[in-house]
Amino acid sequence: MNLQTPLGRARGLGSAKSGTKHWWAQRVTAIALIPLTIWFVVAMISATGNDYNNAQQFIGNPINAILFILLIVATFHHAQLGLQVVIEDYVHNKPMEIGLLIITKGTVIVLGLSSVFAVLSITFGVA
Amino acid sequence: MAIDNRPLSPHLQVYKPQLTSVLSILHRITGVALAIGTLLLVWWLIAAASGPDYYDTAQRCIGSTIGRILLLGWTYALFYHLANGIRHLAWDSGRGFELNTAYLTGWLVIISSIVLTIVTWIAGYVVMGGS
Repeated sequence: MNLQTPLGRARGLGSAKSGTKHWWAQRVTAIALIPLTIWFVVAMISATGNDYNNAQQFIGNPINAILFILLIVATFHHAQLGLQVVIEDYVHNKPMEIGLLIITKGTVIVLGLSSVFAVLSITFGVA
Repeated sequence: MAIDNRPLSPHLQVYKPQLTSVLSILHRITGVALAIGTLLLVWWLIAAASGPDYYDTAQRCIGSTIGRILLLGWTYALFYHLANGIRHLAWDSGRGFELNTAYLTGWLVIISSIVLTIVTWIAGYVVMGGS
């Protein structure tokens, strides 16, 4: 069922001009994070109390490294989408809202890239 | 403009807290907490990439009493957000909106998140040999 007029559909995308993209990305990253989170918890339990050398082996193991990177990307993407909704809902001062949205986006990029770099540098042994 | 002073609904403070509404706001709170909690993972990974001294410092901080309390809170927030997130995905597919189902799945989320947190921590202590 579609309640939109053909003109409304053609103009589409709503007031945020992004349509359902945000909603879908949030769900897709959520679904991806279900198995990744379960892996992460099990992996971190097995790595509890690791000394430095064991931690290097653990993070640098190719499969773990790939899963860590997938987890990091999905987590920070999902976190940004979620924080965006919270900010848009509760911050009613427009300049403040836009500022916070930019800061959270910048922060997740910096944190995400730093974490991926850390994992890769351990895997390739450049640390 | 008049629009700026317009009262916004819903006036949440006039409602008695219910399981469904409390779980709903908890989903947001745990989501924000997890976003902040990622700092711990980022720090741990960078410390592990920076050398034995940095790694040992990170391990000592995370293993301290305060570190463990934070990690326990983070574990619970993770399982809560995971379990309630699955509940949300079911709602997104149009299922589970009946009142008794919403309450049943709500309780399932509470019980499973507590049980999973306890199991995870017991497993962690077993791996570490009880220390």
